[in-house]
Amino acid sequence: MLYQLNINGTTHEVDVPKDMPLLWVLRDELGLVGTKYGCGMGLCGACTVHVDGAAQRSCQLPVEVVGNAKIHTIEHIGTTATGARLQQAWLEIDVMQCGYCQAGQIMSASALLGQTPHPSPEQITGAMAGNICRCGCYHRIRAAIQLAATDGPESSHVG
Amino acid sequence: MSDSQDATMGIDRRTVLKASLFAGGGLALDILIPISLAKEATLSGNRSSARVAQLSAFISVAPDGAVTIVAKNPEIGQGVKTSLPMMVADELDCEWAQVRVVQADLDSERFGEQVAGGSTATPDNWLPMRQAGAAARAMLIQAAALKWHLPAAELTTSKGRIFQRGSGTSIGYGEVASLAATLSAPDLKTIRLKEPRQFTIIGQPTVGVDSAKIVRGEPAFGGDTRLPGMLYAVYETAPASGGRLVKAEVEDAKSAPGVKHVIPLVGNGDPDLGLADGVAILATNWWLANQARTKLTIDWNVSAAKGHSTKNYESEANAAMAAGSGAVLRLDGDPTAKLASASKRVAARYAYPFIAHAPMEPQNCTAHYQDGKIEIWAPSQDPADGLEALEKALAISPSTVTLHLMRAGGGFGRRLMNDYMVQVAAIAKSVPGVPIQLRWSREDDLRRDYYRPGGWHSFEAGIGVHGELIAFTDHFVTFGDGKKPMRAAGFNSAMPPAGLIKDLRYSQSMLPTIVNTGWLRAPASNALCFVSQSFLDEVAIAASTDLPKLMLTLLGERREIPTPDHRLSFDTGRARDVIEKVVQTSRWADKPTQPGRAKGFAFYFSHRGYFAEAVDASVAGPDATVHKVWVVGDVGSQIVNPMHAENQVRGAVIEGLAQALTRQEIEFIDGVPQQSNFHDYPLARMHLTPEIEIAWVKSDKPPTGLGEPALPPVIPALTNAIFAATGTRIRSLPFRLKT
Repeated sequence: MLYQLNINGTTHEVDVPKDMPLLWVLRDELGLVGTKYGCGMGLCGACTVHVDGAAQRSCQLPVEVVGNAKIHTIEHIGTTATGARLQQAWLEIDVMQCGYCQAGQIMSASALLGQTPHPSPEQITGAMAGNICRCGCYHRIRAAIQLAATDGPESSHVG
Repeated sequence: MSDSQDATMGIDRRTVLKASLFAGGGLALDILIPISLAKEATLSGNRSSARVAQLSAFISVAPDGAVTIVAKNPEIGQGVKTSLPMMVADELDCEWAQVRVVQADLDSERFGEQVAGGSTATPDNWLPMRQAGAAARAMLIQAAALKWHLPAAELTTSKGRIFQRGSGTSIGYGEVASLAATLSAPDLKTIRLKEPRQFTIIGQPTVGVDSAKIVRGEPAFGGDTRLPGMLYAVYETAPASGGRLVKAEVEDAKSAPGVKHVIPLVGNGDPDLGLADGVAILATNWWLANQARTKLTIDWNVSAAKGHSTKNYESEANAAMAAGSGAVLRLDGDPTAKLASASKRVAARYAYPFIAHAPMEPQNCTAHYQDGKIEIWAPSQDPADGLEALEKALAISPSTVTLHLMRAGGGFGRRLMNDYMVQVAAIAKSVPGVPIQLRWSREDDLRRDYYRPGGWHSFEAGIGVHGELIAFTDHFVTFGDGKKPMRAAGFNSAMPPAGLIKDLRYSQSMLPTIVNTGWLRAPASNALCFVSQSFLDEVAIAASTDLPKLMLTLLGERREIPTPDHRLSFDTGRARDVIEKVVQTSRWADKPTQPGRAKGFAFYFSHRGYFAEAVDASVAGPDATVHKVWVVGDVGSQIVNPMHAENQVRGAVIEGLAQALTRQEIEFIDGVPQQSNFHDYPLARMHLTPEIEIAWVKSDKPPTGLGEPALPPVIPALTNAIFAATGTRIRSLPFRLKT
């Protein structure tokens, strides 16, 4: 089936079966490899993208239901003010160890800040519950979200 | 030293390294860096830059002063792609901002050992990486001395420039680099290294060299490799290890959408090489290949796995513990007589399960076979082992292989095995000219692991009239063929209190298994610390003391105790220091007053690191909550990159807590792993993460590694806290508290 998808502001035409998850359209049809495969069951969040601004697991999103929705991926998130602040915060305190889950973490964090610009620690924990970091970088993920939210130096200290 | 001797050293060291990984230790040998070979080296990132001056295998300098440093080891998230080049750059005396880091391909003759395992990168490279930097600096100084007609002794360096002492005249490294590259490398013995107070890069919190790429979603990992015309592969194997392919009907899969090839492969029956019998499906998109698996009809013979079930293992282990004490591994004094004379005896049995590595990036590997040569992109922790496996399993000569080291989405010891590399090479050889990316599903990854093996311990201790520990025995039931334990299923005869009391026996029995086992972060120690420090907590309570006091009493005077294999000694002074410090940082004496809440403590020495940890936990119904963890570690005189060091410690603590709290267990029925994805094999999530306070004891010893040694103590520190809070002793992982 032919589908026209609006991804990162560009229209892409792909010819794939209707039930192919968006994740595999991105990775193996379009070469957008920033979005990661972790579980294929929507359990780990590594494949998180934005669909009309909302965080969704692209491994659970068949291409046929995407329609005209605006898809944004990690490759594009730096063009938004929130995304750029998050990327900056992620680097300032170097959140990552292996880094494999971090695209999904940033996408979930960016959706959170889009809805709740100044989240409480509990709101962060709640919003990020679907994203696994096997390396255990959770302290810094939380700290980076707070740093991006406040955009101030007082949150930059991690012990 | 000639080139051939260099190579021989490499092989010998590899063999020894394997042994040390197995024992959870490390080696105190220094890597020999063949700097003389290095000048002919072609750097993969620099092929087109003819004007870049190559000073050694590790360093080149461009005319504008830009420095390229080669990162030799596989990066799996432990930060080594940043920390080893930091060592080079500091002694080169340039600015970190001038440095570009490129990843080395596999070339052990040129770069020395290229492995991510055993927390060895820091101790093994601390001296040679700095020497490499200092040697290049000496060559640059020598070149400037020639240019200026001045003695080298009158020149000094700072921030990538060479200065004439006493005058303002200076010149950039780039301006003399091409002259320097024509000079001989200096004798490493004559090179003076910096004093620690002179470090400008080592010890500075430094952002990972790939981090910027990763936050932008640029290709960074093995599985991000994309080649023209590449096909994506899945590899269907038997549900139980050792299963043989009897018959495969593949026509339906062949006609599935996107599928280009379906290839049955005969394995070689050696699980260590990882080429199990199977059927490869190659498609234009991985998801299409994976979907087509449902269209295969395969007859497997899995009869060899019959009866290999968790429940059977448990009853066999209980029978072995009841039957006697097994084969003696270590006997000091006469523990039987001392137990008989003890005024109090304590006995308990402990157990822990098989667990999986579950790195976030499932196993994958990319290969392109053409004209008798093969190019491989491998996220492997031990690529040189993969090279050997290719030769053994597929008769691929190492001289025909180009092996690119790819950043791995987590390792944890899983990628010390190279089964995925052998599999993709076998598939690629079947379709010459077509690049192939093999990718496992999460289910494949959890079900085809080389698991941390389960084990059982039957302990007994005798307490003397003054409350002192006078006898200690442990009968360990593990997996093996009766002669040798399986990989990562061995004991550590130096486990405390060995060497600290006179009368002690460690013994072992083995159960056969068809399950593949392997090294998981802090192998052996991750389990032995849980059982021994929990049981010693029981001993301490029976002796009316507490575990920190009991350990300090046992450790006694500051001294070095040699281990039975003489590879490492155990420094009781360093152990004392971390214990005493965590007693302070955790305010151990202040007990939480809230009912159901308490602190627990544990200590362990592994991978050359001394770690004491305390946990503040509470229990409400079936749920244990960890409020705070205090970690004190001694990994020597210098933390190379505090940014990543603290991340490693936090990650190790969270991983240990997850092993205890999230019910991680792989169960088997007739050899078939029963867990398949994160719904039944949970990992830690953010809500499980407590506050973690880290403090270092900076001893005067050379720096050692941090990938592993912070993990073991947190598990018994937690279970000891739960006992203190509730009176319930956790003797089996993963634990389930009664409601």
